[in-house]
Amino acid sequence: MHSNELFLKDVSGFLGGYYAAIAVMNGIAALILWQRKNQPGWAIVWTAFASVMMVLGSLALSGVEGTVPALPQALRDLVNTLSGPVNYTVGTTVLLVAFFVYRTFFVQPMVAWTLFNVALLLMGLSMADQNFALIVMKADNVPIVGLVFLLAFFTWVATKQAVVNDERIARGEPPMEKVNDEKVLVWPDLVYTELICMIAVAAFLLAWAILLPAPLEEPASSVKTPNPSKAPWYFLGLQEMLVYFDPWYAGVVLPSLVIFGLMALPYLDFNKKGNGYYSIAERKFAYLTWQFGFLELWITLIILGTFLRGPNWNFFGPFEYWTPYKVEVLNNVSLTQVFWTRFLDQPIPVAAAGSSVLTQISTVLLREGPGLLLVGGYLVLLPPLMAVTIFRRYYAKMGFIRYMVMANLMLLMLSLPLKMVLRWTMNLSYIVSIPELSLNF
Amino acid sequence: MAIGETIRNSQIWKSIFRHPMPLDRRNRIVVMLTNFFLHLHPVSIKKQGIALSFTWCMGGVTFFLFLVETVTGVLLMFYYRPTLEWAYNDILALRDVTSLGILRELHRWGAHAMVITTWLHMYRVFLTGSYKPPREFNWVIGVILLLLTLLLSFTGYLLPWDQLAIWAITVGSNMARATPLLGYEGPGQQLLTIGGIDMITDGSDARFGLLGARFVGEETLNRFYVLHCIAIPLAVALLLAIHFWRVRKDGGISGPL
Repeated sequence: MHSNELFLKDVSGFLGGYYAAIAVMNGIAALILWQRKNQPGWAIVWTAFASVMMVLGSLALSGVEGTVPALPQALRDLVNTLSGPVNYTVGTTVLLVAFFVYRTFFVQPMVAWTLFNVALLLMGLSMADQNFALIVMKADNVPIVGLVFLLAFFTWVATKQAVVNDERIARGEPPMEKVNDEKVLVWPDLVYTELICMIAVAAFLLAWAILLPAPLEEPASSVKTPNPSKAPWYFLGLQEMLVYFDPWYAGVVLPSLVIFGLMALPYLDFNKKGNGYYSIAERKFAYLTWQFGFLELWITLIILGTFLRGPNWNFFGPFEYWTPYKVEVLNNVSLTQVFWTRFLDQPIPVAAAGSSVLTQISTVLLREGPGLLLVGGYLVLLPPLMAVTIFRRYYAKMGFIRYMVMANLMLLMLSLPLKMVLRWTMNLSYIVSIPELSLNF
Repeated sequence: MAIGETIRNSQIWKSIFRHPMPLDRRNRIVVMLTNFFLHLHPVSIKKQGIALSFTWCMGGVTFFLFLVETVTGVLLMFYYRPTLEWAYNDILALRDVTSLGILRELHRWGAHAMVITTWLHMYRVFLTGSYKPPREFNWVIGVILLLLTLLLSFTGYLLPWDQLAIWAITVGSNMARATPLLGYEGPGQQLLTIGGIDMITDGSDARFGLLGARFVGEETLNRFYVLHCIAIPLAVALLLAIHFWRVRKDGGISGPL
C-alpha cells in the first residue's frame, strides 16, 4: 500500500474521535445558549456546526484517501510556498496587533468561540496531512500544541475582563474586582476549589499518561548526531535566536538579560494604577512591552523552532516534508564588508603580520569603526535622546538609574527584531565582527 | 452515624485532629488556625481573590504538579540507576516490563505541564499587575522559581539516556561554551592567560563546569542526576516556602486597593 494510505488508516481513529469531541463540545454550547434563551440564533448555528463535525468525523473514520477530510493539496502547497521566517514573524506580529487593536470585538464570547472552532477545524484538516501530523504528534511536541490553545484561552479570559474594567474606569466606576470584594470563609469556599482543581489536574494527567507514551528513542550515541538536533522545547526560542546572533549573545547574554529584566520589572514599572485587577488602558506601555516580549519574542519563536525548523535548522512549511537535502543559499555579509568593499570600494584594513599590539588594536578599531559607532550610538546616544523626547515623562518620574536600566533593557530586547529585519533586508551577518576576540555581534 | 461519632470522639482521632468537624462558622475558622496543612491560608478571603476567572488557579496547579513530580520522582528513583550501563535499560524496563511504568509518563508529562503552568501563572500575575508594591520581592522569588523549574526540566531531560536526551542536552549546554570570558569559544577568553598559558580551555570553562566533562558523558549523567533529584528540588522547596509566606505577609491575593 501507498504510505499515505497507511498513514490515513493509522490516524483515522484519532480524527474520528477528534471531530466527535468537537461536535459534543458544540452540542453542549448550543444547549447552554438555548437554555439561556437570549441567543437562539447562535444555538442553531452551533447545532448545525456540530452536525457537520459528526459528518466529518464519520468520513474521517473511513481512513480512505479522498474521503478523510483534508485541506486541498493546492492550498497546502500554497501555504508551504508562502511560509518562511519573514512571513511567519511579520504575520504573527500583524495578527497579535490586530487582536489588540480590535480587542473589544474579539473578546465577545461568540466571536472567540467561532475563532476557537475555526482553529480546531483547521487543526483537524491539517492532521490528515502526513508531514504535518508527523511533527505535531511527536510526543514531546504535544505539550506545545496544548500551550498554544491554553495561552489563547487565557489571553482571551484576561482581555475580556480588562475590556470590561477599562470601560468601567472610563465611566468613573471601580473595576469589577472591587465590586466583588465581600469576604468569605476559606473553608469551604477556597479549600474545596483547591480540592476540585487537584482532582481535575490529576485526572487530566492520568488520562494524558495513559493515552500518550513518553518518548524513548535509540540508546544515546555520541557519534550519531541527529539532524536536526534540538534543545528541549522551552529553549527553542533561544535556539532560533542563534540564526541571528552568535551563541555568546543568543545563548548566554540575552537569556541572562531576560531573567534580569523580569526581576527588575517591578522596580521599573512606576505606574501605581492597575494593581490587582485586569486592565490595559491604565498601563498600556507596560502591557504592550510585556506582550511583545512574551507572546511574540518568546512563544512564537518557540513555535517556530519546534514545528517549522527541520534538518540543518532550515525553515519548512507546515505541510512540507523534512528533507535533509534542502539547500538554502546563505550569502550573508558583515557590515565591515559592506562598508569597506561595497561603499568605499577599498580593501578591508589589515594589520601587517608581526606588527605591534598597538597597531593591531588600532587597525581593528578602524576596520570595525562603522559597526562600533553604530552599536555605540544605539546604546549610548539613544537612551539620553529618548529621555528628552518620547520618554520625557518617564525620565522625570523614574530618575537617572532606573530610567537608564529600563532604556537599555528595552534597546537590548529590540536588538533581536532589529537584527532579524537587517538579516532579511540586507543579508547582514554581523554589525561588529572581531574574530581576534571571538566577538561577533 | 454512631460509628462515626465513636471514631471522632476517640482519643486517637482527637490526638490527630485538633479541631471538631468544620460544620459551623466557629469551627470553620478554628480549622484554618489549628491544622498544619491549612494554616498556609488565611481564615477569610475576598471573594474576587479566589474567583477562577481572576487567579486561573495556576499557582496552585503548579504547586500541585511539583508535589506530583516529587512523589513520582521518588518512586522512579527506586527503579532507575544513573549509570551508562543501566540508565537506558532501566527506562526501557519501565516502558516494557515494570507494572507501574506509567509513573514515567506521569513524571514526564507532569514536568512539561509544570513548565507551562509556571508561565501561565507568571502571565496572570503580570496581567493583573500583582507584582506592584508591596509584592515586588515575591515576584523576584517567582522569577528564580521559574528559572529553577526550567533547570529541573533540563536536568531531567538527560536521564533517559537516549538520543533525544543527550543531543538536547548537548545543544543546550553548547551555549555555555560561548560564555563571555569563561567559555573557551566565548568572546574575550583569549585575554585570560597567565604567562602565555590559556586559563580557559575546553577542560576548564563554563561548559566543563556544567557537564563535568568535555562532552556529555557519564560524569554529566551523574551530575545532572544529583542536581535533578537533590540540589534543585531542595532549593525550590525553600523558595516555595518563602513565596507562600510572602503571599500572606504582602496582604494575601492581590486585589484593587
